[in-house]
Parts: sequence; C-alpha cells; structure tokens
Amino acid sequence: MTQAVEAAASRAVPSGAAVRLDGVSKAFGSLPALDDVSLRVEPGEFVCLLGASGCGKSTLLNLVAALDRPSAGTIDTAGRRVALMFQEPALFPWLTVTANIELALKTRGVPRAERRARSAELLASVHLAGFEKKRPHQLSGGMRQRVALARALALTIDTEGTGTLLLMDEPFGALDAMTRDLLHDELERIWRERNLSVLFVTHNVREAVRLGDRVVLLSSRPGRVVEEFPVPMDRPRRIDSTEVAALAATITDRLREEVGRHGA
Amino acid sequence: MALDTEAANADGTAARPEPNGSAPTKPDGAPRPGLNGSGRPELSRQISGLDALELGGTAGRNPLARAWSAVWPMASAVLIALLAWQIVVWSGWKPSYVLPGPADTLPVLGDQLGKGSFWGAVGLTMQRAVVGFAVSVVVGTVVGALVTQSSVLRRAVGSLITGLQTMPSIAWFPLAILLFQLSEQAILFVVVLGAAPSIANGLIAGVDYTPPILLRAGKVMGLRGLNLYRHLILPASLPSFVAGLKQGWAFAWRSLMAGELLVVISSHTSLGVLLSQAREFSQTDAMISYMIVILVIGIVMDRLFGLVDGAIRTRWGLDGD
Ligand SMILES: Nc1ncnc2c1ncn2[C@@H]1O[C@H](COP(=O)(O)OP(=O)(O)O)[C@@H](O)[C@H]1O
Ligand SMILES: [Mg+2]
Repeated sequence: MTQAVEAAASRAVPSGAAVRLDGVSKAFGSLPALDDVSLRVEPGEFVCLLGASGCGKSTLLNLVAALDRPSAGTIDTAGRRVALMFQEPALFPWLTVTANIELALKTRGVPRAERRARSAELLASVHLAGFEKKRPHQLSGGMRQRVALARALALTIDTEGTGTLLLMDEPFGALDAMTRDLLHDELERIWRERNLSVLFVTHNVREAVRLGDRVVLLSSRPGRVVEEFPVPMDRPRRIDSTEVAALAATITDRLREEVGRHGA
Repeated sequence: MALDTEAANADGTAARPEPNGSAPTKPDGAPRPGLNGSGRPELSRQISGLDALELGGTAGRNPLARAWSAVWPMASAVLIALLAWQIVVWSGWKPSYVLPGPADTLPVLGDQLGKGSFWGAVGLTMQRAVVGFAVSVVVGTVVGALVTQSSVLRRAVGSLITGLQTMPSIAWFPLAILLFQLSEQAILFVVVLGAAPSIANGLIAGVDYTPPILLRAGKVMGLRGLNLYRHLILPASLPSFVAGLKQGWAFAWRSLMAGELLVVISSHTSLGVLLSQAREFSQTDAMISYMIVILVIGIVMDRLFGLVDGAIRTRWGLDGD
C-alpha cells in the first residue's frame, strides 16, 4: 500500500482518493456477491483487481460506475468522471467505428471540429487506422474489443478538469497474446500521459502484475479483499520477464489457496 | 524510448520519459530486449496481418448473377401459379364463363391497363391507402411513444393494443358505418384501427428490447434525456419500428380492401368498387384482372418495405454472417 501511494505521489497529483469504497456489499436476492469490500485507488494509480471468475469483479465495477447500487457501504469518486470498458465491446452497431468514438468524444465535451482528428488518433493507438468506416459487425471480436478500448480512452478525455477514473473489465481477455502485449504498452502510455486513475479487472495474474502499481486479490463467494500485493518493479515491464513471473507465481499460490477453500 | 510505438508517432506525441528515469535498463543494467523501439513497427505490422487473417476474404459476386438469383424464384412462382390456374381450367371443373383461364383473362388485364378509368380507380385506392397509412403512422407512433414513457399507460394500454391487433378489422365496419355512414371517414377509421396497433407495438418492442448492455454503455457516456433517445434508443429501436411499419402496411391494405367492398360511395370508383361491379355483372375475367392488380400492388409495397428493412438490418449487422 505504501509503495502504491509513493508511486502515485511521484506523479504529483491532487490529494484524496480517485475512488474510495467503504464496506461495500452487494447481494442479488439472497445471494451475496460482494461482502464488506473496502478499497482505495489513489489519483494516478493503476490498481489491478484479481479474482476467480464469478467472484464479483464485474459487479464491483458496475457499482463504481453507478450502474447499480450497493446493498451496503459507500462509494466515493469525488466528482470524477468515470469511464468504463465493459467485458463485451458494447459498441453501437448502427454507427461506424469512427462515429462510435466521436459520440463518446461528444459526450465529453470535445468540440466537433476536433473529434475527427482525435478519433483517428485513438484508432491509431489501438492499431485500427484504416478501419474508420467499418461497422462493428464487420470486424473480428478482438478488433471490436480494441474499438471499445479506444472508446473508453475517448471517455477519459477530461475537459472539465475533474479528473477521470478508468474502469476496465477484463478488457483484453478475448485478444491474442501478441495484440494484448501491444495494447498493454499503449494503455500504459495513455495512463501516464493523461494521469489517469485506473481500476483494471482481470483473472490473468501476469497481466495484473505487468500493469498494476498494486494488485488486489478478491476471494470468491462472496467477494472480499483477501490481500494486496504492491508491485515494486520499474516500468515498463515485460509480461514474460522473470520478476513479473516470480511475483505472479506468489499471487497465483495465494489465489489457489483461496479457490481451494471452495473445493473442500 | 521504450514506448516509442508507431502510434505514438502517428498522433504526434513523443514518448514521455519515465518518472524515475531508469526504465530502459533493469537494475542489472541489461537493456530490455524487444522494448527498445526497433521491434515495434514490425509488431504493429504483424497485428495488421492478424487482423487481415481474422477478417478473411469477402468473395464479390457478379451483379448479373445476383440479379438473376433474385428474379428467378419470383418468375418461377408466377409460372407455377399460372400453370396451376390453367390446370384447374383444363380439368373442366367450372365452365369457362365462370372460371376463365389465363389466356382469356390476361388480355382483359392488358385492356384495363390501357384505360384511364382503371388508373383513376387505382389512384383513388392508393390515395386512401397512403393517407390511411400516414395517419396510422402518426397515431401509432404517438401512442407507442406515450406507452413507452409511462408505466401506468403501459399497464392500461399495452395489452389493449395487442388485443386490437388480433381483432379482424372487418369486424369494425358495422360500427364504422354507424358512426360515419358510407363515407371516406368510415374507411379511414377502420384502416387506422387495423394498422396503428402494429406500428405502436413495433415502436414499443424496439424501445423495450434496446440491448441492456448498450443502455449501460450509454449511461457510462452520460447520455440522458433527449440525447439518450437521439443517439441510442431511437436508432436501437429502428429495426423493430420498421418491422412494425411493414406489418402495419399489410393490415392497412387488407382493411382498405375490405372497406372498399363494404363501403361503396357513389361516384368514388376505387379498385374495390371495380371488383364488386365485375362480380355483379359476372365478368370473371375482369374480376380476376383486378385481383391480380391488388395482389401485385401488395407484393410491390411489401418488397419496398422489405428493401428498407433489409438495408437497416445489413447496416445494423443483424443478418448474422
Ligand atoms: N444481475 C445479477 N443478478 C443476479 N446475480 C448476479 C447478477 N450479476 C451478477 N450476479 C452473480 O454475482 C456473482 C458475481 O458476478 P460477476 O460480478 O459477474 O463476477 P465476475 O465478473 O468476477 O466474473 C456471480 O455469482 C453472478 O452469478
Ligand atoms: Mg466479469
């Protein structure tokens, strides 16, 4: 935790958490999905949320994005705009790729004259230059996911100076490893450039270690924070480096232990 | 610099230095392979390659072949229908003055097509159809929009609309004639009652079945109120709305034909009036000609709606390729 705070502080950001969850619980009917989750993401911090599937990761992001309300506890984003990249692309099928992104830019108050150029820039950063005029159904699943990334990044443009919290729900799960590695680099670059606060959900331990300042491990049924792992390695990191692999192995052991409790 | 990708150059932003200034080298001082810039444009090219593989090739078809494949099923359907008709005539089931064959009827149809009075009748019928349909669109859209807006209205009116849809429109005519006598209004009344429920239902279904994931995406973008409708709910419901229009047209056309047979207004010669007159004078050949005209108009209009529907479905990617 302290390393994370230092890492965030080194990028000179305003005080106060980007998002703070206090004792958040969520139940669907009688089924508890999240139980007493407390979590902070500092401004400019990159936090990875790790957990087995079905442990409530998507539920947690939905709560932070105010798409759903917690059964108990509070969530404070201090007036920040929230951008969310869903597990599915969720693009508007009647709009071209560019139009999807330009609509996101419009909702963030980017003037009309700038939108075309901004959207071209974002598409280039997800390696989709040349696909502007296509519609989502004309693209492969992985390409759609990259458009969704570009759209989420468009939503992080902060014209009001409130700061932005970017939530990402297993954004690269459907991508092949080569593309994923490249997008890790892009995401890291844009995160730095815009000084974003990121809460990144994944079930891929190495990905979490590759990207996060901090990895938060969630237990299953109900979801609870079991442990936090600061990631001390310098950036940029390589997902296949030995340091990443070593920390990932430690976290995986802990995750196995957690999942194992349900097997008995 | 480590993050100096092609894209970073393309958008004109130079890669930024690491905050701690030590990124390119690990603590042991060894440069990191693969992150030093030289490999990236190639990687990016490989990704384009992967994309091209995933998308696969789209084999273009020759336009003549496409036109032919659209025309031949229709042409054969017409031929089969003519043949079946001819076989019934040949069987001698009815004398030819009661049931004439295609060879006797088609010239009568040809004659009709050359007559101004015939086109006047078609014009009146089409005018009623278009006006009736237009009023139905307005009524259906307004009612549909109101119902989607209010849960009270939905409970009160929602099932009523579906009920109206199942009511055969011809059953409305006695009431319509009592209310409006034998007048244009009586016909319009029934046409609108026949068509508007389908149109309202199409809109309601479209709004209701806007995919929840898109609504959540819209919410994350901050789309609210009018913008939510303009950018999300209306486009999302368009395919269902157009399907409702298509069905509404079919109901309007049927109601109109029933109306023109029942509500005969003197000096207003419509297709329906021509049809009744032909029956009264036992001119079966003329009667069948008018029926063919009614059928053809129905098919053509259905095709037009089909084209719009198809264009939207293709655009929306709903065809499932
Ligand atoms: N809308 C919902 N209604 C009922 N149960 C739900 C709903 N959303 C999620 N759940 C349940 O909550 C649990 C956590 O789901 P989710 O947050 O999607 O997990 P994850 O994203 O970690 O895979 C699962 O058991 C899931 O079945
Ligand atoms: Mg999930």
